[in-house]
Amino acid sequence: MSVLDPTVPPADPAGEIDADERRRRRRTRFEKVGRWILPILTLALGLWLWDRIVVWNAIPHYILPGPGLVFQTLIADWPILFEALLVTLQITLMALAVAVLGGVGLAVLFSQSRWMEMSFYPYAVILQVTPIVAIAPLIFIYVESRLAGLLLCAWLVAFFPVLSNTTLGLNSADHNLRDLFRIYGATRWQKLRFLQLPSALPYFLGGLRIAGGLSLIGAVVAEYVAGTGGLKSGLAFRILEAGYRLNIPRMFAALILIAATGVVIFAGLSFLSHMLLRKWHESALKREA
Amino acid sequence: MRVAAPQGSARAPVVRMQGVGKTFNGTVVALRDMDLTAREGDFISLLGPSGCGKSTALRLIAGLIEPTRGRIEWTGGAPDLGVVFQEPTLMPWATVAHNVWLPLRLRGQSFDAVRADVEEALDLVGLADFPDAYPRELSGGMKMRVSIARAMVTHPRVILMDEPFAALDEITRFKLNDDLLALKEKIGCTVIFVTHSVFESVFLSDRIVVMAARPGRVIRELAVDAPYPRSEDFRTSAEYARHTRAATDALHDAMAAA
Ligand SMILES: Nc1ncnc2c1ncn2[C@@H]1O[C@H](COP(=O)(O)OP(=O)(O)OP(=O)(O)O)[C@@H](O)[C@H]1O
Ligand SMILES: [Mg+2]
Repeated sequence: MSVLDPTVPPADPAGEIDADERRRRRRTRFEKVGRWILPILTLALGLWLWDRIVVWNAIPHYILPGPGLVFQTLIADWPILFEALLVTLQITLMALAVAVLGGVGLAVLFSQSRWMEMSFYPYAVILQVTPIVAIAPLIFIYVESRLAGLLLCAWLVAFFPVLSNTTLGLNSADHNLRDLFRIYGATRWQKLRFLQLPSALPYFLGGLRIAGGLSLIGAVVAEYVAGTGGLKSGLAFRILEAGYRLNIPRMFAALILIAATGVVIFAGLSFLSHMLLRKWHESALKREA
Repeated sequence: MRVAAPQGSARAPVVRMQGVGKTFNGTVVALRDMDLTAREGDFISLLGPSGCGKSTALRLIAGLIEPTRGRIEWTGGAPDLGVVFQEPTLMPWATVAHNVWLPLRLRGQSFDAVRADVEEALDLVGLADFPDAYPRELSGGMKMRVSIARAMVTHPRVILMDEPFAALDEITRFKLNDDLLALKEKIGCTVIFVTHSVFESVFLSDRIVVMAARPGRVIRELAVDAPYPRSEDFRTSAEYARHTRAATDALHDAMAAA
């Protein structure tokens, strides 16, 4: 097998370990531990500095709360914040789902018809490069349902990476394999199903990871613009509201929740990507250095 | 499976190229006026320097490109082909068995229905123990074997091979040459084989078509009349040396003619 797990060095009864090998093992051990320890140390250091700056300068909590107070607020306001988190998360995940359907659907359509691609791809680019904050107010004027408006905004932000990456992937199938499919008289559908879609999978998953973060951003930005009309309020609205009331600790608490959500989404999608590709794709393989 | 055809020109033609030419972009003459008749059971090598249109000839026969001039005729209905490229050209996301299944899958046959054929093809190329391996877990020679198994699994009338062993080391190449002859004997197909190597072409083929470049064309056809099966003894025989000499001379003429 060409993959060796570098994290589990085999025993060495025969004295086969030379200086190179020892150095490699030290490096892998260091990387394995450092990957977790170092960011945690940085975080601790940052929190400590933050706390000291607040204490030493006697900054009032309505200007800059210390990390302890933010944490207390997070616990105390958990019922409100958690409910808001669920709303934001719901919009985000729905938008991501629609972005995947729309992005992959359009990419497949474009790959099947040059006409479609030439006619519509430029407009997909235009939608992508126009800032969402500039479009969002218009959307909320014309779209009756607030949920639909929020979804539309988040989708507009998130679908493009899926579309462009999947398009690239569908077109990147190996040329000899394409010839082979032609020689065996494969139908369009067979070529799509057995050749293009599997070739596009790694590209799609790369786009998906970007889209995950973007749909969260889209959901938050859209809520800033839309305000809360009838619907339950999400994290963005809680931040705005807390800002009006000068409840700075709650603003920080909500911000932390949003950031944590983004990280969890990214990690989840990375894990999904790893699971789908680990058997065959270069990006998921660990090799000996 | 077809029975091996009788020797000699009495064998039935399978595919015939008549005055075939191919010009790219209206200016690059990749192939000019090529005549070739492949008969049942033939092993034909196309031998020539780089750029002499060997791959072009193969792609024309495979129907991947249309001839600018001349015609390509298949006797007995539709083309029935297997192909092996210079790279193994396997689907990295599929296991060895599923890669071999591909031609049958494209005909709409389920894996369970053809499991025996896939296993037989893998057995023929000596990979019976690796059906569930992924291509990245195999060596270059093993990947090429999978590629050959995939070409053979449909028992095609003709197999086209474009420098299949060029990227392999000599020991592996000799081994695969031996195995290829054995396989061809079993399946009884016609092989059209592109190579740069005089030794390979003499060892494998009963006809060597020598080509020259600029413009790509056939300059000579040599017959290697040594009987099959050929073995290691043939590689060291005087007869083999004589044939390689003749082929080398023809190749030099081809280079000089360019
Ligand atoms: N698609 C193409 N477009 C333009 N020119 C081409 C194309 N394919 C081949 N040619 C040209 O046709 C000529 C013959 O090419 P071909 O690939 O058939 O050579 P070859 O004998 O297979 O060479 P090699 O041994 O290097 O593989 C070359 O000059 C090449 O540049
Ligand atoms: Mg070539």
